[in-house]
Amino acid sequence: MEKFTTLQSRAIPLHIENVDTDQIIPARFLKATDRKGFGDNVFRDWRYHKDGTINHDFVLNDPKFTGSILVAGDNFGCGSSREHAAWAITDFGFKVVVSSFFADIFKGNALNNGLLPIQVTETFLETLLTQIEKHPETIIEVNLENQTIEAKDLGLSSHFEIDPYKKTCLINGYDDIDYLVNNIKLIEAFESQKTY
Amino acid sequence: MGKTLFDKVWDSHVVNTIENGPQILYIDKHLIHEVTSPQAFNELEDRGIPILRPDQIVATADHNTPTQDQDQPIKDELSRKQLAQLSENCKKNNITLYELGHQYNGIVHVMAPELGVTQPGMTMVCGDSHTSTHGAFGAIAFGIGTSQVAQVFASQCLLLKKPKSLRVTVNGNLNYGVLPKDVILYIISKLGTNSGTGYFCEYAGNVFEEMSMEGRMTVCNMSIEMGARGGMIAPDQTTFDYVEGREFAPKGDAFDEKVAYWKTLPTDADAQFDKEYHFDAQDIEPMVTYGTNPGMGIKISEYIPEVSDASFEKSLKYMNFKKGESLINKPINFVFIGSCTNSRIEDFRVAANYIKGKKKADNVTAWLVPGSKQVEAQIIQEGLKTVFEDAGFELRQPGCSACLAMNDDKIPQGEYCVSTSNRNFEGRQGQGSRTILASPLVAAATAVEGKIIDIAKQLASASSALIN
Repeated sequence: MEKFTTLQSRAIPLHIENVDTDQIIPARFLKATDRKGFGDNVFRDWRYHKDGTINHDFVLNDPKFTGSILVAGDNFGCGSSREHAAWAITDFGFKVVVSSFFADIFKGNALNNGLLPIQVTETFLETLLTQIEKHPETIIEVNLENQTIEAKDLGLSSHFEIDPYKKTCLINGYDDIDYLVNNIKLIEAFESQKTY
Repeated sequence: MGKTLFDKVWDSHVVNTIENGPQILYIDKHLIHEVTSPQAFNELEDRGIPILRPDQIVATADHNTPTQDQDQPIKDELSRKQLAQLSENCKKNNITLYELGHQYNGIVHVMAPELGVTQPGMTMVCGDSHTSTHGAFGAIAFGIGTSQVAQVFASQCLLLKKPKSLRVTVNGNLNYGVLPKDVILYIISKLGTNSGTGYFCEYAGNVFEEMSMEGRMTVCNMSIEMGARGGMIAPDQTTFDYVEGREFAPKGDAFDEKVAYWKTLPTDADAQFDKEYHFDAQDIEPMVTYGTNPGMGIKISEYIPEVSDASFEKSLKYMNFKKGESLINKPINFVFIGSCTNSRIEDFRVAANYIKGKKKADNVTAWLVPGSKQVEAQIIQEGLKTVFEDAGFELRQPGCSACLAMNDDKIPQGEYCVSTSNRNFEGRQGQGSRTILASPLVAAATAVEGKIIDIAKQLASASSALIN
């Protein structure tokens, strides 16, 4: 897994609540058997009209906005467990997703793919979204070690929480498989002494 | 202090606890399907890691399968390849697979319980968020991402932090015409789509105690729609009777020993939950959803609430509904009875019982998709197929079908579908489709009438006509 320490980038404001994983990557694009290329279809039905033409009203198609930070409305990533959602977002080029609430499975999937989900307060999120919409050139700084997200030009700053184990994994690029495989002896011992 | 059902099952599966970190949780059964497993197989192969316990994995093909002509080669090339990949992966790794056409094939959350793979006290995972279904047996069952599928392949374990506990209690007598689907849609409409995030939910009270296993599965299935990773119901005699005699259930003395253990699992009287909610069964009526998440539900007799909020308005715009309006008499052209929520034999019995002697409305396309080959066989054996066909309904072959429209079973742009599935997200049943979630009874009535009706009122007048 790719390491994550700090990031400075502009951000794209997705001012929509309850973005579910069917919106992030519709089911009809889940037929691939590898992890690559899902970015082409991220938010497919919002980015394109049914006839395949570009929907210029959608924020990802607005040339004003760019960057590797996605700032999204409350309750991001609810619904299906498809990890394809995290793959699509990272494949499109995002490294951080900011929201005031993340669905459990999406959050886990993001962390397993080096995509940092940053949970902020609803007030901070609303300010951040409106300010980015007004000032698209704003640079956001994320520091994982210090657990901070800042937009210095706007005088905005917030601390965020992250599981200490997951933080170590991200900073060092470790994943859970390494850890588990190193503990196979312990797991086999558990199997031979199961109490249920 | 006493323990909850969830505590008892979780704690007995902890291999180790990392200081200031997650726990290593042992997984008894791992269910896999074609969509979320191929990348996990690839990952293990790339890293040269073998699958630790292939005999604890059961595979089926369900998400991406056609519901017609299953004996013919699949037309869509990508779908065909994905299924071929699953067969190859299972063969190479000695994993039991119930592929398309096999007598045990079906939706993963329908076929595993009916084969007795699902048992009380187990930990079970699958790369599918509706794995919560299996909690109906008093198992800890939850959906995982593909990286976690690879972790379970490699170690039969996951690294997890123990979730918090939540209990939803519903006591009282359910009104006539109220099905388990209405109960869970009602709960989600009251609690919202993220009230359960970070929690495992136990359903308690006489309403769930009196439910069949099929009903309990419908309820637990939708736990994820309120954000809870899983839902559980205490195992009892109904559970034991359901499990006994099934293909992979323990037999003879081994079964009796298991039952004795399963009886120790229910939540202790003095156990504490982090959060509790209580509802009165009599407040529940047949439900429908009007928006684009499962929390946006009302009783059929109610009106769409007047909420001023951008997300709410976006949702109503997508559905082409107005604040304050009723859904009664809305013309509906598509009806889908199926999905891991409502495709078990009981669901088809309810539908057939209503449909018998009636005809489907001409404007309606009605698809009935059984959850498994076994359910399909039972539909035929009980004579329900004749009832459906006489009424103009189309009985298709098993699979996930129009619940997520990965195959050809898509609802056209702009059309409403009254669906017994679990998600009414934008485009879930096909690009531009508009989903109204409901019970199999409401779906059957909609198909017959060609519009949404006040089913409770119709049933009440029918029964008073009988009495008079």
